[in-house]
Amino acid sequence: MGSRASTLLREEEIEEIKKETGFSHSQITRLYSRFTSLDKGENGTLSREDFQRIPELAINPLGDRIINAFFPEGEDQVNFRGFMRTLAHFRPIEDNEKNKDPIASEPLNSRSNKLLFAFRLYDLDRDDKISRDELLQVLRMMVGVNISDEQLGSIADRTIQEADQNGDNSISFNEFIKVLEKVDVEQKMSIRFLH
Amino acid sequence: MGLFLDFNPFDNLLCILLGISFTVWFTLLLVFIIVPAIFGVSFGIRQLYMKTLLKIFEWATHRIERGAKDNNHLLYKPYSNAIIAKEPTSLEEEIKEIRRSGSNRDLDHASEFEMSDIFYFCRQGVESIMDDEVTKRFSAEELESWNLLTRSNYNFQHISLRLTVLWGLGVVIRYGFLLPLRVTLAFTGVGLLVVLTSIIGFLPNGRMKNFLSEQVHLMCYRICVRALTAIITYHDSENKPKNGGICVANHTSPIDVIILASDGCYAMVGQIHGGLMGVIQKSMVKACPHIWFERSEVKDRHLVAKRLSDHVEDKTKLPILIFPEGTCINNTSVMMFKKGSFEIGSTVYPVAIKYDPRFGDAFWNSSQFGMVNYLLRMMSSWAIVCSVWYLPPMTREEGEDAVQFANRVKAAIARQGGLVDLLWDGGLKRGKVKDTFKEEQQKLYSKMLAGQDSILPTFQAVF
Repeated sequence: MGSRASTLLREEEIEEIKKETGFSHSQITRLYSRFTSLDKGENGTLSREDFQRIPELAINPLGDRIINAFFPEGEDQVNFRGFMRTLAHFRPIEDNEKNKDPIASEPLNSRSNKLLFAFRLYDLDRDDKISRDELLQVLRMMVGVNISDEQLGSIADRTIQEADQNGDNSISFNEFIKVLEKVDVEQKMSIRFLH
Repeated sequence: MGLFLDFNPFDNLLCILLGISFTVWFTLLLVFIIVPAIFGVSFGIRQLYMKTLLKIFEWATHRIERGAKDNNHLLYKPYSNAIIAKEPTSLEEEIKEIRRSGSNRDLDHASEFEMSDIFYFCRQGVESIMDDEVTKRFSAEELESWNLLTRSNYNFQHISLRLTVLWGLGVVIRYGFLLPLRVTLAFTGVGLLVVLTSIIGFLPNGRMKNFLSEQVHLMCYRICVRALTAIITYHDSENKPKNGGICVANHTSPIDVIILASDGCYAMVGQIHGGLMGVIQKSMVKACPHIWFERSEVKDRHLVAKRLSDHVEDKTKLPILIFPEGTCINNTSVMMFKKGSFEIGSTVYPVAIKYDPRFGDAFWNSSQFGMVNYLLRMMSSWAIVCSVWYLPPMTREEGEDAVQFANRVKAAIARQGGLVDLLWDGGLKRGKVKDTFKEEQQKLYSKMLAGQDSILPTFQAVF
């Protein structure tokens, strides 16, 4: 219990995270409090088990895929910076950000980055393409045992047929963006903060 | 030789002083604490103490906030209050809305897969990572104000000399004066309980024995209440549990038992422990019938149910005290009630217990502290302040099964105590959530893909 006080965030760290993610000061401190409460090992990083301990996440059919999004390739621990960087994708897009200078680097919560987050949930092997197999696997996660292989297969085929434009039987990120161009991504992939 | 002579009178003086102070101390203890406990009266000292403390805490919190503003620090905010805004919509509604905003086709064809469906699960998942309803119930509630205990607030750095001095004074008072006093009282209370109940055990069964047993139990629990400096307000005492009934309450710590039992007599239910607990349990059962189970018997649900219903049918026996959550929760919510005690069919007397966290956090986080450590923390807090509400008795209605009855009682307790009513199982503190919940989510989603016909009907869980 006492170690928590000694690992309070330093002001400089909070400023850096603010610049990188766009979260406000109070949002960062509250999320830090959340991070430390999930960190049962009290070593400043979260492992996959720490996430799986959240019951509401454990019952989410895509829970494991979402947890995976926090961990960079080949790593098993995520620190607070990485945690915040991933959560930043779900920050709502504010009006004054919509017309920002296009030369400046893209904020983590832009429409394009939100779509990339979703794309990566489908793209199991991180090769920037959603193959038929990958789509089938993710569909299977979402429906459990309730739909037959044939039916699922035909759903996957139809989806790829509609989205695929260059004929390689898989969906690239640009094709993904095209399919979803009308969807209100800004609202559906954003989480509103109370403070 | 001269030196030797010099020490003697000094020694004597010291002894005399010590003797006098001990006598004075014990007399005060007896007059102000033990005698009132025997007769159940109160001098109002604890109420005065509470009011003074509150004023000091207000000042301290004020000082921290002012100090932080002056030094341009921002305060560490606890996250136990909600961070994000969650809209309670169902899976079906949300996914339909997502599809509606993006779809080119008309809605009749829409009962198939869309790539945007994943947004729903995405957002639900990340929302639960940022803030979920369950994991925060298993750790102590964090306070926005400060009560001069470093354990409850992480903003305490050196802000002002006055504050540090006050905190230091607080430490001296709590550990130097209050703690020894309370430990003495605790030993007295427990010791008396064991000795007196064993003596009563020799009496023949009858009204005299029951009467004496009740008095002894009440007296010893009252001493224990004072050992914790527990300031309890009982509401609606006309609804107090009667013989042949079952009293259910929300569970925050082992102290709940002492709090309820100092105002009425109950038959306790539990597992037999070894060590000191076991000694206490064995002697208590000599004076009046409590229900203690061996470890092996606990698993046998039929045996448990039979013993409970046998006890309840005997109207001369005291009402049973049960905590249906099965584990300690941090007093911000009430979690799933196990249906066992609600299947027995007798009158249920619900009781809501709400602790005031400003004076001392009563929650026992058994994964963090053992029992002894926990008791020491309790005895070195300022006080335990709580409110107890006796709710009107409830019985199972026609057509209601045990689970629905349990949920109805739980809702009543949550409403009265100002606690959040959750469907989640307190067992999630230690165990994993059952796969059936994930399977329900998958079933719900499958219905959207394939239409209603090809999926087996199931009830929809609302979370």
